[in-house]
Amino acid sequence: MSEIVAPANIPPAPRSAFRRFLDSDMFYSFIGSPVTVVAAVITVVLVAAALAAPLIAPHNPFDPASLSITDSLLPPAWSHDGTSTYLLGTDDQGRDVLSTILYGMRISLSVGFASVLLAIAIGVPLGLIAGYSRGPIDALIMRVADVQLTFPAILTALLIDGVARGIAGPQAYNDVVFPVLVLSIGLSFWVQYARTVRGSVLVEANKEYVLAARLIGLRPAAILFRHILPNVLGPVLIIATINLALAVITEATLSFLGVGVPPTQPSLGTLIRIGNDYLFSGEWWITAFPGITLAVLVLAVNLLGDWLRDALNPKLR
Amino acid sequence: MTPTLSVRNLRVEIPTRHGALTAIDDLSFDIAPGEVLGVVGESGAGKSITGAAIIGLLEPPGRVAGGEIRLNGERIDNLPPAQLRKLRGKHIGMIFQDPLTSLDPLYRIGDQLIETILTHERISPAAARDKAERLLVEVGIPAAGQRLDSYPHQFSGGMRQRVVIALALAADPALVIADEPTTALDVSVQAQIIALIKRLCRDRGASVMLITHDMGVIAETADRVCVLYAGRLAEIGGVRDVVKRPQHPYTAGLMAAIPSLGDALGARLAQIPGSMPRLGAIPDGCAFHPRCSFAFDRCIAERPPLYATACGETACFLRDPQRVAAVAPSGGAA
Amino acid sequence: MLAFALRRLIQAVGVIVVVALISFTLFRFVGDPINQLAGQDTTPAQRAELRRDLGLDDPVVVQGARFVVNAAHFNFGISYQFKRPVADIIAERLPATLELSILSAIFALVVGVPMGVYTGLYPSSWLSRVFLATSLLGVSLPTFLIGILLIFVFSVDLGWLPSFGRGDVVTVWGAWTTGLLTASGLKSLILPTITLGLFQMTLIMRIVRGEMLEVLRADYIKFARARGLSRRAVNFGHALKSTLVPVITITGLQLGSIFAFSIITETVFQWPGMGLLFLQAVQQVDIPIMAAYLMLVAVIFTVVNFIVDILYVAVDPRIRIRGVEA
Repeated sequence: MSEIVAPANIPPAPRSAFRRFLDSDMFYSFIGSPVTVVAAVITVVLVAAALAAPLIAPHNPFDPASLSITDSLLPPAWSHDGTSTYLLGTDDQGRDVLSTILYGMRISLSVGFASVLLAIAIGVPLGLIAGYSRGPIDALIMRVADVQLTFPAILTALLIDGVARGIAGPQAYNDVVFPVLVLSIGLSFWVQYARTVRGSVLVEANKEYVLAARLIGLRPAAILFRHILPNVLGPVLIIATINLALAVITEATLSFLGVGVPPTQPSLGTLIRIGNDYLFSGEWWITAFPGITLAVLVLAVNLLGDWLRDALNPKLR
Repeated sequence: MTPTLSVRNLRVEIPTRHGALTAIDDLSFDIAPGEVLGVVGESGAGKSITGAAIIGLLEPPGRVAGGEIRLNGERIDNLPPAQLRKLRGKHIGMIFQDPLTSLDPLYRIGDQLIETILTHERISPAAARDKAERLLVEVGIPAAGQRLDSYPHQFSGGMRQRVVIALALAADPALVIADEPTTALDVSVQAQIIALIKRLCRDRGASVMLITHDMGVIAETADRVCVLYAGRLAEIGGVRDVVKRPQHPYTAGLMAAIPSLGDALGARLAQIPGSMPRLGAIPDGCAFHPRCSFAFDRCIAERPPLYATACGETACFLRDPQRVAAVAPSGGAA
Repeated sequence: MLAFALRRLIQAVGVIVVVALISFTLFRFVGDPINQLAGQDTTPAQRAELRRDLGLDDPVVVQGARFVVNAAHFNFGISYQFKRPVADIIAERLPATLELSILSAIFALVVGVPMGVYTGLYPSSWLSRVFLATSLLGVSLPTFLIGILLIFVFSVDLGWLPSFGRGDVVTVWGAWTTGLLTASGLKSLILPTITLGLFQMTLIMRIVRGEMLEVLRADYIKFARARGLSRRAVNFGHALKSTLVPVITITGLQLGSIFAFSIITETVFQWPGMGLLFLQAVQQVDIPIMAAYLMLVAVIFTVVNFIVDILYVAVDPRIRIRGVEA
């Protein structure tokens, strides 16, 4: 009766990378949360709209020649004074609100992305160096970070803006306003990346695989980039998403305060500021539509960031 | 005599998006009053989940999906949360593995003891403090009166675990579940803690469910032992018998894997090939058959029921009385 | 504990010194003070004399030292815009911002912490979902938009609350102007306080919630439950206390920055405080005010942080009392 039988071991057929992605827990939690899906769709639509602004905007609000002051302060198309030429109405210069929103979003998003990239480019390497080398370099970087943290992003951005204004003079300032904006916003955000990356490096650097790499003789730079960096990318991505929302808000705030983009190339914040003066007299659309767009954009990005944080959190898996 | 704890056909499931995983499958055992039952098995066999299910602290989404748990004859697995809370501490006590994280770092241990005592007894705070001090003395903490005002981080690991034991026993529970109480401690301290648990429970007449992966501890301390594999009962019986004459190939493998001073120098340590299956990939039939050198056709096809042995029960077709009778007299020993 | 306090004090002073250096660099090297202060038709001789008077001919180190010493005496020179001592201008505008900031901080704490605790304890209740949705809005809406929205609803539409200014203020203690003692002053404070505090409130709520969820998964909470402690004892005695300890540090950092965040709120509500002053200074490149504002922000932030650190040490026994090695 007895026969020792070993069970057959047939390995399962390998699945393509795409199939594995669809099966993954991350995608499952994405699909399972309708709010996140909607947020993702909205973000994609808005970003696409912003990128395609020159193609899809009915007017070009940045071209002074195309503006007609007689068309100013027209209400949206569905009000009884509005026309279908200007779907969402016009501002005090006769600019089409819809077109300005599209172009303005373009500016906001490009400044936002660029500043986040700059912050990452500064913060991640500094964090890696600080965490890996410890000692006086680490202390120095962390002290600089401490000083930076004393000032919230708005203040740093305002400061750099003011200094640039002071150095360049009002005329030349307008020419360099975009790099200055990116620089000022980016410089206010690097600390978060540096600290998080440094924390991750401190944890990873004590692990055995790093010790093994050092014993083999790998140079510190190689260890940092090949081994430690992939492990810290998750948190960086999460911060970057939430940062993007914050960068867009900061740019809008700076423009609202009058120290952002020049009035000839208005962004969402500028429009809101212009519209603020007309709120009391009833021309609500100049503030309302850019405001709603800004809010929806930032909300969508924040929701994505929230989902990303939960999905990448190892403790919740 | 009513057993202190009676578990019948316990089934614990963890719902996941791929379907429900069965963490504990048809587990039954009893613990008599004053008895020490060892629950042994590899990591992931379901020992801790059994303890959590009994005291009602299963981590959601895990839940008890079937079977009965009775404490002193009364059913407890279907109680509403408020009733279950009354049981905990007073009738069932639990000791966890890591004494460092078991104690709230922000409160003095005296306060934590007094809080526990006052939860279960209506006495004055002064009387509670006296009792707390007596408990500390009982678990062997020197200068107990002063140490009442210390914080957890001011104790060493072994001392902390003594405090944890004092906390678990503060209300004199009838059943104490000790989940790997010595795994996080230095080897030198382990024996002391185990002896302490055993002595205190014996003095109070409490039963102990000692969960561990260390067969050596079981051999020293337990009266009976039950061996878990992949959430199922493999073997249960008196400790001496199970250790000397294991009836299940898995238990035999566990015992053989323990190195002993008498082993020949240079001899390889015996190992059970393979590893325990993950919850989602438990084989059909007997869960152990892929690693078992005695497996035959029936093991792959059917799940073995519990067969009585000389000193307990085991879930192995090798012990099927009909088969044992039919095969030559050498059937049995591993 | 004393050693810890001393160390933090030295660190704090270090930060202030660095900020002072930055301020000084701004002060001295950006723009030309002489051009700003002197009019169009001052002769070169008069300018030279002005240079000497202001000490601009001395070596940089001396100027730096003088700056720091002056700063310690609250002397930041003359404002380019207003041609008055900066210290006087600050003294006039500071109470407005301080009042607003402190009230906003209180609002953020008093509302944010309980909301965070609730959503941490009962994450699936509908009220929690409402709170979380609100918090998402609070984090996503820029402060100025919130201000405008509030103005639109409560001022323009409903007409309940004023949309700009401080209302009537009363001078107490010689120099402090407060709006708390008049009806119109109080009414004027409501919308700006909510605007300034909303962002902080949602942040605090999220942090408290996150900590709470973490703590509730800890072993000592499981053990507390295993001992049969009541839900109240577990949730509020143990979990809440553990949650609040790290929250103290984080919220302290946040609240220290409320002062600087007031720039936006003051702009929206035309609140005559330091924030608006700084904004105008940036637009007009009025360096002395900018430098003074920076120092002020640094000092306030550092002081708040220092207090928070001491508080943290007082609350967490692991730092206060040295433990025994296992």
